[in-house]
Amino acid sequence: MRQALEGSQAIARAVALCRPQVVAAYPITPQTHIVENIAKLVADAQFQCEFVSVESEFSAASVVLGAACAGSRAYTASASQGIMLMSEVLYNIAGLRVPLVLTCANRAVSAPINIWNDQQDSMAVRDAGWLQLYCADNQEAVDTTIQAFRIAERCELPVMVCVDGFTLTHTLEPLELPSQEAVDAFLPPYAFSRALDPRAPLSLGTLVGPDYFTESRYLHHQAVLAAENEIIAAARDWSSISGRTSAPLIRIDGSDEATVGILTLGSVFGTLLDARDHYGGAPVKILHLRAFRPFPVEALRAATKGLSDLIVLERAISPGADGIVAAEVRSALMDADAPPRVHNFAAGLGGRDVPLTIYPRLLEAIGKPQPRMIPIDLDRDQWPAAADAQ
Amino acid sequence: MLRTQQPRFQGLDPGHRACQGCGQALAARLTLEAAGPDILLANATGCLEVFTTAWPESAWRVPYLHSVFANAAAVAAGMEAALKAQGKDVKVIALAGDGGTFDIGFQALSGMLERGHDVLFVCYDNEAYMNTGVQRSGSTPHAASTTTSPAGVARMGKRHLKKDILAIIAAHHIPYAATASVAYPADLRKKVRRALQVAGPSFLQVHSPCPLGWGHGSELSIEIARLAVQTGLFPLIELERGALVGAMPIRQIHPVTDYLKPQSRFRHLFAGDPRAREELAHLQALADHNIEAYGLRGEMPDGLDSEGADTVRRGGLRSA
Ligand SMILES: Cc1ncc(C[n+]2csc(CCOP(=O)(O)OP(=O)(O)O)c2C)c(N)n1
Repeated sequence: MRQALEGSQAIARAVALCRPQVVAAYPITPQTHIVENIAKLVADAQFQCEFVSVESEFSAASVVLGAACAGSRAYTASASQGIMLMSEVLYNIAGLRVPLVLTCANRAVSAPINIWNDQQDSMAVRDAGWLQLYCADNQEAVDTTIQAFRIAERCELPVMVCVDGFTLTHTLEPLELPSQEAVDAFLPPYAFSRALDPRAPLSLGTLVGPDYFTESRYLHHQAVLAAENEIIAAARDWSSISGRTSAPLIRIDGSDEATVGILTLGSVFGTLLDARDHYGGAPVKILHLRAFRPFPVEALRAATKGLSDLIVLERAISPGADGIVAAEVRSALMDADAPPRVHNFAAGLGGRDVPLTIYPRLLEAIGKPQPRMIPIDLDRDQWPAAADAQ
Repeated sequence: MLRTQQPRFQGLDPGHRACQGCGQALAARLTLEAAGPDILLANATGCLEVFTTAWPESAWRVPYLHSVFANAAAVAAGMEAALKAQGKDVKVIALAGDGGTFDIGFQALSGMLERGHDVLFVCYDNEAYMNTGVQRSGSTPHAASTTTSPAGVARMGKRHLKKDILAIIAAHHIPYAATASVAYPADLRKKVRRALQVAGPSFLQVHSPCPLGWGHGSELSIEIARLAVQTGLFPLIELERGALVGAMPIRQIHPVTDYLKPQSRFRHLFAGDPRAREELAHLQALADHNIEAYGLRGEMPDGLDSEGADTVRRGGLRSA
């Protein structure tokens, strides 16, 4: 049924439809509405689960880890400082190959402290060994949340579903929330092959020395790469149930005649589509990188074939290097046939509005040499005078 | 079959890599003897995890999960929540060293207790970070020399007091909390059983000598542990909802020097330095305070620790 829901409420309802038995979370803006909505569903007996209101994100991640290992589907959500505080456990969950789903309501990371949206938090843990799926809109957030549980459980890998804080979490959008029957048909009950059971005791999280460590890490790497197939399968199977198609790895909008492409992750995708409609001009291909881990090298090569210029628009930066995504895009395209020139800009850091005007500015900027990443929306008026003196 | 011929349930197998005389290894074995096979374990990083799990071997005959250093209580809470959701009657036990309890693991522990999870948290208190090479912890006794509180010309070892963790636990008003010692195995097992019987969180602090870290012969572990109790430095007490309900009386009270002298971590206190004498007097005062505060003075000579010896859980080397 099509209805207007706040992103957080839609995500909470999607989570409930997946029937996790344990939910643990600690509040942080802009994730709060998700867990508040889950708490309310539990309080109103619309959703049965052990809802554990923990004393920190570190414990939230630890509780869901313990729950998943003890044989229950489990879920948590966080953002920003919370993701940073969890990070030790996030690596641990992934290394243990435990299926879990976490919603990251993307937000900037302090300092300076800032509660608004960018993607520095999830990017900071990109090497933790989780799958990372980014959502361009709230329908995608709902569909991805549901798919994430199946992907996690089939791959025995945790999945981080990244949704832009405020832009998606606090925005009312018309969307389709699936029925319980539809989700049940898609998502079988939780089963974890290494669940802890006194009748068949296992030791998990054991000390692994140099003799086996490389193999363990490599197998993990292989598993993350292989997860691409399950991401594709989940999108396909869910679309046959839901009737909505969604691109599993990269969402592509624009004609094959385009020679310029813009690649981004998350809600800026929609802004760029609107801007292209608004400004018209030469055809431009707009890409939303839905799967960031595993990084879809082949799909990216196919999607950028024929482009002379590819703009990578970042929502996070790696100070002292270039943009995080652009570096990976460049390396993926390095030995493609006739790869496009890659231009790298950041935008919308710490919640700075990304307006439609960004579109012509980006297209104009690629005419000039731009050897390193800069924020396209840098405002010289906000620049401290002291910085000019340097 | 005669009870004495039945094997006790053995959840922690021999053949692991603990040092000779390791108090913690013994304490963990005793804990599992009393707990039996229907449990899930969450273990913090530390010696116990390292010496029992080196891949591809594991000494555990019960389900075991080690995650990280600080989160044993939270992992255990998650296990308990899951078992509750599944309607399973399986107990959850968290195991941690004093670092994983008093210091880095304390926040998760306090949260788990406050939320009332049905988890037994057992702290194997060897009074320092042993796994990383005997660094001081919040549990290291006053004046003990460790690698980060070394004794030297300007210092008499650790300058701060041992944290009174049980008093902090008591402030959570959980159903049951107690101290125990490897020198009193039947008492330890009894307390494990008691802790697992109560509904809700319980806590056990087990004094566990570390011959390497404390600097005593590995054959002396039990004797040293017993002296900690008999001097009043480590009182064996039980609390219900934060109130004292039991204390093991000391019939022959030893001076603290009997306990301190055999341990090289306290060697600097016997060098005849006036500051050392002051520290010894300080430690004696701490012991005297415990004896008065918990009413530890007993009447008769110390009995053998045989209480409860006939009620251990049976089961042998069960592994389905
Ligand atoms: C976050 C983090 N900090 C530090 C360490 C290093 N470390 C591992 S075990 C340990 C000390 C363990 O001490 P304790 O909890 O007292 O247990 P013991 O080894 O003495 O049994 C330390 C400092 C770690 N593994 N993780």
